[in-house]
Amino acid sequence: MTRTSSAATPDLFAGPGAPGSSGSRGAGPLLSVQDLHVQFRRRGVEPFDAVDGVSFDVAPGQTVGLVGESGCGKSVTSLAIMRLLAGRTTRVTGRVDFEGTDLLSLSRGEMRDRRGRDLAMIFQDPLSSLNPVVPLGVQVGEVLQRHRGMRRSAALREAADLLDQVGIPDPGRRIKEYAHQLSGGMRQRALIAMALACRPRLLIADEPTTALDVTIQAQILSLLRSLVSDHGTALIMITHDLGVVAGLCDEVNVLYAGRVVERAERHELFERPAHPYTHGLLASIPRLDAAAGERLTPIRGSVSDNIPWTHGCAFAPRCEREIDTCRQRTPELVPHDERRGDHLLRCHNSVPLDQVVAEGLAGPGHVARAGHEAAVLDRAATGPADTAGGTR
Amino acid sequence: MLRYTVRRLLQLVLVLVVLSLLLFLWLRSLPGGPVTAMLGDRSTPDKRAELTSVLGLDQPLMVQYGKFLGRVAHGNFGQSTGVAPGDSAIGVFADRFPATVELAIGALLFALVFGIPLGYLAARRRGGWLDNAGVVTSLLGVAVPVFFLAFLLKYIFAVKLGWLPPSGRQSPDIDATRVTGFFVLDGLLTREWDASWDAVKHLILPSIALGTIPFAVIFRITRSSVLDVQNEDFIRTAEAKGLTNRTIRSRHILRNALLPVVTVTGLQVGALLAGAVLTEKVFAFPGLGEALSIAFTKKDYPVLQVLILASATTFVLVNMLVDLSYAVIDPRIRTS
Amino acid sequence: MTDGTSALPGSGRLRRPGAARKARIDRLATVGGRSGAPGAPGTPAATDEDTADVGVSLLRDAWRRLRVTPVFWVGAVIIALFVLLAVVAPWIAPHDPGAQLLIGQTSRARNSIAPPQAGYPLGGDTFGRDLFSRLILGSRQTLLVGVFATLIGLAGGLVLGVLAGAFGGWADTVVMRIVDVMLSIPSLLLAISIAVLFTNPNLTSVIIAVSVVQIPVFARLLRGQMLAQRGSDHVLAARALGVRRAPIVFRHMLPNSLSPVIVQATLVVATSIIDAAALSFLGLGSQDTASPEWGQMLGEAQDRIDSHPGLAFWPAGCIIVVALGFTLLGESLREALDPKNRR
Repeated sequence: MTRTSSAATPDLFAGPGAPGSSGSRGAGPLLSVQDLHVQFRRRGVEPFDAVDGVSFDVAPGQTVGLVGESGCGKSVTSLAIMRLLAGRTTRVTGRVDFEGTDLLSLSRGEMRDRRGRDLAMIFQDPLSSLNPVVPLGVQVGEVLQRHRGMRRSAALREAADLLDQVGIPDPGRRIKEYAHQLSGGMRQRALIAMALACRPRLLIADEPTTALDVTIQAQILSLLRSLVSDHGTALIMITHDLGVVAGLCDEVNVLYAGRVVERAERHELFERPAHPYTHGLLASIPRLDAAAGERLTPIRGSVSDNIPWTHGCAFAPRCEREIDTCRQRTPELVPHDERRGDHLLRCHNSVPLDQVVAEGLAGPGHVARAGHEAAVLDRAATGPADTAGGTR
Repeated sequence: MLRYTVRRLLQLVLVLVVLSLLLFLWLRSLPGGPVTAMLGDRSTPDKRAELTSVLGLDQPLMVQYGKFLGRVAHGNFGQSTGVAPGDSAIGVFADRFPATVELAIGALLFALVFGIPLGYLAARRRGGWLDNAGVVTSLLGVAVPVFFLAFLLKYIFAVKLGWLPPSGRQSPDIDATRVTGFFVLDGLLTREWDASWDAVKHLILPSIALGTIPFAVIFRITRSSVLDVQNEDFIRTAEAKGLTNRTIRSRHILRNALLPVVTVTGLQVGALLAGAVLTEKVFAFPGLGEALSIAFTKKDYPVLQVLILASATTFVLVNMLVDLSYAVIDPRIRTS
Repeated sequence: MTDGTSALPGSGRLRRPGAARKARIDRLATVGGRSGAPGAPGTPAATDEDTADVGVSLLRDAWRRLRVTPVFWVGAVIIALFVLLAVVAPWIAPHDPGAQLLIGQTSRARNSIAPPQAGYPLGGDTFGRDLFSRLILGSRQTLLVGVFATLIGLAGGLVLGVLAGAFGGWADTVVMRIVDVMLSIPSLLLAISIAVLFTNPNLTSVIIAVSVVQIPVFARLLRGQMLAQRGSDHVLAARALGVRRAPIVFRHMLPNSLSPVIVQATLVVATSIIDAAALSFLGLGSQDTASPEWGQMLGEAQDRIDSHPGLAFWPAGCIIVVALGFTLLGESLREALDPKNRR
């Protein structure tokens, strides 16, 4: 749930007068990121704001997407939430409230206690994210030893159970094996097992499928979806792939140059993409139902063309709908439409709905067709996780 | 794994064969040739002629090489002419071997005990005072000639301060029982604690002198290896799991970072063998290195042969063991 | 001691057969072998002309990083002063280094040497010769030892390495077996073994003994480089275009293999000087005391170190400073040429 949408909570929980009564689960956000700034400072280089005032909320059990190109600050945001950025070269400001506690104000030891127990994370490259010289069972078990105080042998047994749950066949043998002996999909499953070992309330997945084959991607996504819903774990899904978003996320934040430029519930976003950047992202997906000869429309230019947010809209140099205001005034993140208070937008000249409709972009069906994961996902999700492709 | 071991053993045999050929040719090229080599400079023509025919030097080269190999295989290198006149050359080797092993162990201990922890700390606080001091020390360590460092240590701690004995393996007033030839071990076995302690004190300065270069090398490889490993993704994963610093350090950083340290430590054995020649000479430490330097000055070629062949064999063997142990500790090699 | 600088990570010294060695060679090989990504991505400079001449851009890139490295400057200044000293030594040395000018104040029986005095800032040595002049002129011989030992080692290694690396196959096998055997003898022992072959040790025999030890090091390093180059895209492209072997080897493979060799050569100068000193210490150095060399002076002084430490400390100090200079230069070059540090 977004901050703005929490104002609309009464609608959802039709309980007059008791919108914010804390204590009841699901009422307040699990995670609330407020005005998060991450500044990289290296000697001899101008300080650089990788994340420039990002705010969003995640409700318990909710899946929130952070979408954008590489360099837009989505991974840095997640690392900042986990407090995994190197302290000397980065400065993190703002608030990251997790169940009412500001994570940024915790001591390093307190944060260590929470990582892996309350919030966990999985990363993009499963091979390099696993220790090559430590057996898998130990790598999964060590989380349990650390946070649940289990003994080594008990942790190993539990690790085998966990590997079984994430669909790794013959877990008793696998716990003795090493990362290089597994396939890519298996490695990512093992990482998921590690992350979910202590039943965290929040899981951050940083492009978990980017390094995998397409068919494996779908399996991993469906696994994530089922585990998250079984455990009631909230999920922050970081991706550049709108197909993943379409298949998985309840709410989507589109990031550009370190700021949220558009936020909406999934269907709303795909039906009414209002920011030219979001619109461009959707238009650049290859579609099976496109007329023959129709060209893909990529977003022109690259991130290096950006202008600083302080001078206007960072996206302006690449924008199809750029107007004079775009280079004069910095756009604010405001409700796009009075009737839809939870659709937020940062744009001076948004894409009108009729253009979206005219281009045939609207509708989640488009995305389902467009995003290959989503398409495969629908199939994969119908049955139990298929592990055929996961063996070596 | 088995095939690997067999292949390495075959390589070892090949290296040793070529080495023996080189040694054979080397002996023949020595000033005066092998007869002088075995009899020394002052020998009568009669004796020379006798040895020439005994050694078969009038026969074709190939036959000579075969005979040479035969003698080597039987450990018959002739009699020492300078180091311990009258003793067999192989006996000189056996007598002095334990001393050098003790010294080498001492030097390696010094290098590892200081090199690895300091290298780790330097990398974890890169650019800190410890890092800078360590890097400067390791650079200096390789720029200072070993024998000069030995002199310096001896001059300061033995001659000027008198804290430690300046030379030898054991003080003359200690009458220790000999069991193995390893003095420290002997003292422990026979419960002659003071003899053991005395031997340790004699080892400290030479060990530091000899261990300085291995220390510098191990410090640097540990440091750079830890620097590499701590930027790896799996360290971030470990952090994301909330593991304690201790677990991350021992299980995730060091277990990976120490792999190259193992190899480099093996390579240092060669440097130790060479450095022992210089260190033992300075401290009059009766080991193989001292025997070698005496053998050079007194032209004791039988002893030289043994020592060169033995040190090359040791070096090759140690490195083979290191390679094999590497395969054992790195699952990526072991299981593939 | 001899292996000190060179057994550091990434050097070619003492490589034994085995996986670890191969990995390290591969890592080293990327220094010269990596041809892509010159300049920073996104900088307009990284266009055609840069990719056309990677060697130049690599050097320019390295220089850009070297320029701001204090370690490099310290090393470079030390070496420059050392070379300058060696060149002008005959003109600035106050006395003849062979003349026993202070013999009157020297007595072997009483173990006394001439103290520092007017005209003789460091006093005399055990033969009554001016220590200061000997130190100054010693720089010449020391420089000769360092430079020639390195050049000979480099030339030998270059021939063997190019043979092995360029042709592969049986040439490679034969060369590498020889190299393996040479490396199986601890380097100083090898140098000693060679030095004893000479009936009358002199500067040349020292240089030869010290340089032969370096041949296998350079050979292995260069071969590793060449092997990495053989599989690289630009060599494959040249082959596909029908360029013959010689031009490929000498125009494409060799130049791109040289940067780690240059680094190693710099470090070997230091090693050679120290090794030569060790030979002198063992009595295998030059016996010609009229033309002094630091290692030889240090070797001579060993018997008197308890009574006259100065006789040893001065030449030792000179050796240490010069060896440190070459080591610092070599290490900073290595850092600068390491593609891991490129941005």
